[in-house]
Amino acid sequence: MTATFQNWGLTYEWSWFIATVVGILLIALPLMLAVAMIIYADRKIWAAIALRRGPNVVGPFGLLQSFADGLKVFLKETIVPTSANKGLFLIAPIVSFTVALIVWAVIPFDVGVVLADVNVGLLYVLAASSLGVYGVIVAGWASNSKYPFYSALRAAAQMVSYEVSIGFVLICVVLWAGTFNLSQIVIQQTGHIFGLLNGFGFNPLLFPMAVVFLISSMAETFRTPFDLTEAESELVAGFQTEYSSMSFALFWLGEYGNVILMCALNALLFWGGWLPPLNVDLIPWFDIPGILWLFAKMAFFFFVFSWVRATVPRYRYDQLMRLGWKIFLPLSLLFVFLISGYLMLTRYGAAA
Amino acid sequence: MIAILAFYLFATLTIASAVAVIFARNPVHSVLWLIVAFFNAAGLMLLVGAEFIAMLVVIVYVGAVAVLFLFVVMMLDVDFSQLRSGFTKNLPFGLLIALVLLAEIIIAVSAWRAGPALSGREVAAVTQPNIIALGQLLYSKYLFPFEIAGLILLVAMVGAIVLTHRERPGQQRQNASRQIRRRPEDAVRNTKPGVGEGMKL
Repeated sequence: MTATFQNWGLTYEWSWFIATVVGILLIALPLMLAVAMIIYADRKIWAAIALRRGPNVVGPFGLLQSFADGLKVFLKETIVPTSANKGLFLIAPIVSFTVALIVWAVIPFDVGVVLADVNVGLLYVLAASSLGVYGVIVAGWASNSKYPFYSALRAAAQMVSYEVSIGFVLICVVLWAGTFNLSQIVIQQTGHIFGLLNGFGFNPLLFPMAVVFLISSMAETFRTPFDLTEAESELVAGFQTEYSSMSFALFWLGEYGNVILMCALNALLFWGGWLPPLNVDLIPWFDIPGILWLFAKMAFFFFVFSWVRATVPRYRYDQLMRLGWKIFLPLSLLFVFLISGYLMLTRYGAAA
Repeated sequence: MIAILAFYLFATLTIASAVAVIFARNPVHSVLWLIVAFFNAAGLMLLVGAEFIAMLVVIVYVGAVAVLFLFVVMMLDVDFSQLRSGFTKNLPFGLLIALVLLAEIIIAVSAWRAGPALSGREVAAVTQPNIIALGQLLYSKYLFPFEIAGLILLVAMVGAIVLTHRERPGQQRQNASRQIRRRPEDAVRNTKPGVGEGMKL
């Protein structure tokens, strides 16, 4: 894109600057739209599972419901509790929203369609998602109220526990792909199984890791079976209890932004990203743009997220910790061992 | 141009937030400033081309160490008057540590040209990502120190578990697999007590 602006007679610095800003907007604005639509989809799916109608009043089929909610929230007054730590109280939602957005810089949508094609892309994702917990912790602490504080403590413990197993799962993928660059990881999945199937998830050694990653990504985004941070029967609304108006909406946007991100990561890391699932040219198979494949996979994972949220009851806190530390951690460690052993054997031979 | 601007931005913010760590009155604020300092230090690492180290600083220090730090500090019940009362008693020791740190900084500054990267010579062009470079060095030249470091961490982990492990007698433990294996036939019994006899359990 920089070259285009240079052709229009701009200097390199300016065209780089404008190209970057345009790139950021091209990702961030559709993302906000996607968040609005995905909240609607989420509510429709729960409604269908609970045999209700879901939002169906605002706009055709209720499609504009999220925008109406956004407008309502925007017009409300922002209330800051008198004994809250004011600065931190207002920074917290900004942090969680910003962090949810910055991760998208390294997410590739197609070959070369990525804002920053860095070779530590996966580490950047891990780093940025580990920052996300600060929004919750700071919000819980700054609210100066006991339920948000409990929520903050839970969030910190949960995030750290599940990041450990996510780290090991990512190591498995990186070992197989031999790179941290997300675009390269997707390209490495072309014809992964006998040149037929595109995706690490079809590999019997990596499939269990794909499942662990899917479950861990639900825990990482605090979705329902693991939403102990905002368990309404115990903690009112968790860390959001004292928030209102736009500061509340920012948490909401950030949360759903993270959910979409985790769907994208599931698709990119294990199920071939923008590649079609089969590496065989069925009639219009390769003519479908890659970005549509990616969106289809993300939509599928989002459906799984909603489905789980609508059907699985919330975990108890000790069960959550047990799952993270006693099941996922040993399992993912075992698979790091198995996969590195297998790769060592096949790539370097037994004696190496 | 952008690199210079970014350097001064990160450097100023690192120093400013490090100063704020010391001068913040609230310990939680101190930890948060420390996180800002870590973050900007990672930015500086990025500028010198050490992107792997930068990411590790954010993942390990900001993402894990500082979270636990914050976790502990948030739950502390700090009594400020008590804190200040110990000030004169601990002052000499604190000054000693400050002197040691000052000496280290002076030595580091005077020897800043010792390292190959900073000696003013032209740095060799980067041919491979520094994850690969680091991995190749760690598993060849520095294999032994690397494994020793791993062993020390393992010992530390075992030590922490041993120190905090408590055997509490009389405590009932949940056995998840046993609970899942339990079927209605094991738990429910259909009886038909006669009228006026009641049920025998």
